[in-house]
Amino acid sequence: MPKIIIDNKEYEVADGDNLLQACLSRGIDLPYFCWHPAMGSVGACRQCAVVQYQDENDERGRIVMGCMTPVSEGLRISVDANNAVNFRASVIEWLMLNHPHDCPVCEEGGECHLQDMTVMTGHTSRRYTGKKRTFENQYLGPFINHEMNRCITCYRCVRYYKDYAGGTDLQALGSRNRMYFGRTEPGVLESEFSGNLVEVCPTGVFTNKPFSESYTRKWDLQSAPSVCMGCAVGCNTSPGERYGNLKRIQNRYNEDINSYFLCDRGRFGSGYVNSEKRIRNAGLRCEDGSFEIIDKTDALNRFAAIVKDNKLIGIGSPRASVESNYALRALVGEANYCAGFSDAEAPLVDLAIDLSQGHGKRAPTLKRVEAADAVLLLGEDVSNTAPRLALSLRQTSRNVSKEMAGPASIPLWQDAGVRGHAQSALTPVYSASVLPTRLEDICTDSICTTPERIAYLGNCITQLIEGKSVELDEADMAFVNGAAQALKSASNPLVVSGTSLLNEAVLHAAAQITEALKALAQEPDLLLCFAEVNSVGAGLITGALSMHSALKKLTDGSVDTAIVLENDLYRRAESEKVAAALSAASQVVGLDVVENATLEQATLVLPAASFAETEGCCINYEGRAQQFYQVYEPQGDIMAAWAWVAGISKESTETDVREKLISDCAIELPCLSRLTHLNRMAGQSGRTAAKIPRQTHRFSGRTAMNANVSVHEPRTSEDVNSPFSFSMEGDSAAQPGDLAPYVWAPGWNSNQSVTQYQEHAGGALRGAADAVFVSHAASTTTLEKTGPIFGKASGKVREGGAGLCLVPVYCVFGSDELSAHTSEMQARAGRARISLNPQDAKALHVKTGDGLYCSTGEITPGQSYEVLVSASMQQGFVGLVQGAAYLPAGAWVSFVRDENWARQPEVIARG
Amino acid sequence: MNKKPLTERILSADGGLVSFASYQAAGGYDSARKALTEMQPEQVQQQVKDANLRGRGGAGFPTGLKWSFVPMGEAAGPGHKYMVCNADEMEPGTFKDRYLMEKDPHLLVEGMIIAAYAVQADKAFIFIRGEYHKAARALESAIDEAREKGFVGKNVFGSAFSVDLVVHRSGGRYICGEETALLNALEGKRAQPRTKPPFPPVSGAWGRPTVVNNVETICNVPCIIKEGAEWYQALGIGEDAGTKIYGVSGRVNKPGLWELPMGTTVREIIETHAGGMQKGYALRGFLPGGASTDFLVEEHLDLPMNYGSIQAAGSRMGTGTMIIMDDSICPVALAMNLQHFFAQESCGFCTPCREGLPWLEALLKDIEEGRGSTGDLELLEQNADYIGTPGNTFCLHATGAIEPLTSALKYFRADFEQHIEQGCCTYQTSAPLKAAGT
Repeated sequence: MPKIIIDNKEYEVADGDNLLQACLSRGIDLPYFCWHPAMGSVGACRQCAVVQYQDENDERGRIVMGCMTPVSEGLRISVDANNAVNFRASVIEWLMLNHPHDCPVCEEGGECHLQDMTVMTGHTSRRYTGKKRTFENQYLGPFINHEMNRCITCYRCVRYYKDYAGGTDLQALGSRNRMYFGRTEPGVLESEFSGNLVEVCPTGVFTNKPFSESYTRKWDLQSAPSVCMGCAVGCNTSPGERYGNLKRIQNRYNEDINSYFLCDRGRFGSGYVNSEKRIRNAGLRCEDGSFEIIDKTDALNRFAAIVKDNKLIGIGSPRASVESNYALRALVGEANYCAGFSDAEAPLVDLAIDLSQGHGKRAPTLKRVEAADAVLLLGEDVSNTAPRLALSLRQTSRNVSKEMAGPASIPLWQDAGVRGHAQSALTPVYSASVLPTRLEDICTDSICTTPERIAYLGNCITQLIEGKSVELDEADMAFVNGAAQALKSASNPLVVSGTSLLNEAVLHAAAQITEALKALAQEPDLLLCFAEVNSVGAGLITGALSMHSALKKLTDGSVDTAIVLENDLYRRAESEKVAAALSAASQVVGLDVVENATLEQATLVLPAASFAETEGCCINYEGRAQQFYQVYEPQGDIMAAWAWVAGISKESTETDVREKLISDCAIELPCLSRLTHLNRMAGQSGRTAAKIPRQTHRFSGRTAMNANVSVHEPRTSEDVNSPFSFSMEGDSAAQPGDLAPYVWAPGWNSNQSVTQYQEHAGGALRGAADAVFVSHAASTTTLEKTGPIFGKASGKVREGGAGLCLVPVYCVFGSDELSAHTSEMQARAGRARISLNPQDAKALHVKTGDGLYCSTGEITPGQSYEVLVSASMQQGFVGLVQGAAYLPAGAWVSFVRDENWARQPEVIARG
Repeated sequence: MNKKPLTERILSADGGLVSFASYQAAGGYDSARKALTEMQPEQVQQQVKDANLRGRGGAGFPTGLKWSFVPMGEAAGPGHKYMVCNADEMEPGTFKDRYLMEKDPHLLVEGMIIAAYAVQADKAFIFIRGEYHKAARALESAIDEAREKGFVGKNVFGSAFSVDLVVHRSGGRYICGEETALLNALEGKRAQPRTKPPFPPVSGAWGRPTVVNNVETICNVPCIIKEGAEWYQALGIGEDAGTKIYGVSGRVNKPGLWELPMGTTVREIIETHAGGMQKGYALRGFLPGGASTDFLVEEHLDLPMNYGSIQAAGSRMGTGTMIIMDDSICPVALAMNLQHFFAQESCGFCTPCREGLPWLEALLKDIEEGRGSTGDLELLEQNADYIGTPGNTFCLHATGAIEPLTSALKYFRADFEQHIEQGCCTYQTSAPLKAAGT
């Protein structure tokens, strides 16, 4: 580690850093705009100027840009030299020439990096007397506001959107002092990562549109560390609340997972928490079908009576927390418990957990994904099923450019230089999928085919890696051979697959490839995606019942009562079977967050807390157990599902219910034994002596905000389940980085303050606890190699159906159950879609934008879908977007043109 | 002995186009043939180095040295190498490259072949200013003629060396004259300068080794190969070698261009070649090498026009084509006009240039139009200092923009003060030079 001298004081700094990064890492405030820890330096804003001295005798020095100057042993610089201080003040003055004085009405106000930097440089009075430049703003869709007058032209937005996230519809337009950052014409931003513009922009050009609709200043938000519920990646988030409404989701830095970025499902998909469809009170279904609200005590008593007097089954959910699932399993017993997966998905989840945990190596973190030097995507459309992973893979694809930079003496943080030197050189990424993915532009080669064929080609890759030969047509051979060679010659190859195609052979094929690479003494990684936030947790909390056996028990009367935990069964099994089972049951207790078809048939409905209103833990694709904390106290009688269930099953003192659940769970399920390590954060045994305030030290109006209810200031609720308090008092300084409810540091009000929580700018969080992973027994799966290539993947389709064979397709906007209840998500999702081969479309007399409805077959008939004709779709197959209803993979379905379908005037390319 | 290697053929053709036939008749392409068939690339580089040829685009960087930074042979790695001629002549008051290209295009073509050979570039571009239609057409025909003869293309002169030569017409921005912005423009990207390092000889166009040289620089190469380094050195007077195309515009009797020995005095250029000031006008100052160089004044007239002397006087030789400011021109209006140009031509990448130059223009406009106030000059000077110090901005565009302003404030400060004190401009004849100002 080189030592450098900053203002006559010696500092040890990280080798390879630039001066800005070095200063920030050592706690020296140096203002900046265009630099971003994840995106490196370009030297555009000139804000981070310091004076560099030639040697000890040089007293004058010269101004250099911190972000563009590498550290070197003995380097002498000054941050405080008059020349540097004055120049930095001048830069702010220049930026302020055109920046409007609209802070009081700007959404960024109070967490604006430009405000922070302006204060930091001391620019306070205006000398420019001219007019300010103005622009016309653009409509950018339901997520993002555009206010170009505020732009300070730091280029971060386009560097993020185009260079980092691969977007194509946001440009730097114009020149001189009329640079314009926008689209060539107004319209919805196409990228599913557009929301990060809000956090990347150092001021209020790109702001969070749904947040603006019901706006609150950052300092008035109550926050807690949380985890995104959008998929199994488990990105860390910081939700903010005021007046009982969840206002917004911000990124919460986690070096290993999401770092600085979220996908738009994660950022904008939580509106359901405030939705009109939200269940806020317990209720009884009356004879006439109406819903009668009952109070909490009544509800608990009735629930207790039902449990006591009836034969029960419990159905858990992969979108419910470990605590809730375990509480239900403990209540009904394993023999009467169903984990809540569809029968198609359940065995795949088991298999995927086994393959990704049981072969001696955990699935890689996203940070590790970004270090891979060859990638094979086998069947999984990660842009739609694990979007944040897709963003990481984009960075993976640039690794070769980093390798090229070294010999040309270009520092890795010198972003434009690294990119310009490498041009279009990309790390090999091969993708086999059902339909073209949004990663095509980074793929060396890609192929679209059926799930069975994907598995078959995967096995061919294994054969080639093992030095055997395969016979394939030219295109397939080129793909298979290219992928095999790339993986073989890599030192950290990565194979990505997942459960989304509901195809066992695909998972086997991915595992086979990894095993074959291991035999070559490489360090291969296998990353298997799961569908929901707690798919892994729910998969590990096993039940004896499959979905069909659970439903059958109800239908045939062998049990009379079902407790359904945060699960819409109509998404998990055929609707007739679910309907029959639920009507046969004498009691159905439904616990959920928002209304759904299952709750329509529940006799007792219990309002379950969303992730923002309770604590819980979920287990991500890696097997990483992560805790989300309660952000605020829910309105009405909402309680955590585990609290409802445990409230009647345990003699509880209320304070330790959750702790007890976790410890019981850890004892009963050895794979979850390490979850108790999460628990050390709870209650008085937490890591910090004083509670961490959820509210900022500038939180306003606590004596007044409830005055419409009572003029007396309400007593602050005690929180015994977490290290946090529902107040602004407490130990807000020196929090462990992973327990920061929001980021703030003196002089750093914006999200850029996260650097102040890191050990090294852009690195690990200070004081973060070790991650907790599930422990897993050795694999029980035998990867057999029999048959033409291997037994499980013959390359043939299930035979014997009539009509078209159904393949599951996913959409980042709409496929996820809860986020789909958010209006902005619905706007982006559009109508349910069906992808067809042109030949099949011709036979059905439809074109893109027309409607088709399901006439007969193995899914519920009658539903209409919007047609999307794609030559990539194999003939005889249809891709149906998952989300609206239960759609079994491999089912045979017949479709008829919907003559009553109203075409949309313009079909917009959607996520 | 020939003293005007760049323009002798044009002068023989009475200022008309030098045809392929007459170019060849005058020994044209002999140098290229010699270099490609008798010399090693490194020998060509060495000869240009020995001749002390320095870049004629303004910066005066030694050409042979620049070439020697290009990795040769296997060290270059797989892929193309590029030779690029910077023909984006957009410096206000500068028209020397246009003259060479329009009148004697084969000279540049021959120079490009030799230069490409010297660095073993297999792709060569002439990046030409968009408005130079006539020059571009002349070059395109010249290249066609040369290609037909086998002087460009595969196995030039029967040697193992092949080179494609293409004329690329610029979309048109002053900043394209900055070599890395030029490369971005050539690649079809925004014309914004790049960070150095990497320097173009290591990683230039499309990430590959690239040399960018000015038109006049390249045009000097054939005679160096033909006549040798010593002959070339002897052409110059004093420290710098060769000849230079000097130019004068403004109220002189005979504005124009002349190829003269490098180091000819300013006085000789203005008084002898440009015929002195027009009757009724006196010289107040001059920009020695284009709009982006510092003003010099009468006391500098006896300086030799070479890189070192002009720099020592506080300016730059730049392109060597000077703009004369006579006593009828308001220095404030001229400074404002120039700031308007540079502010318009800022690429918009870095803050001081993008935001600072328009502010300077606004301040100057206030002063010129009688709205100036005390303190404006300090504001101008402070901003000019921060904007103009090399290294404070991303590239040297703003540095060049500031040079005429700071020197105007130095030599013509009384005019600025008078404008502020009297609340108006006292120059009645400055109208033609008044900026659009909007």
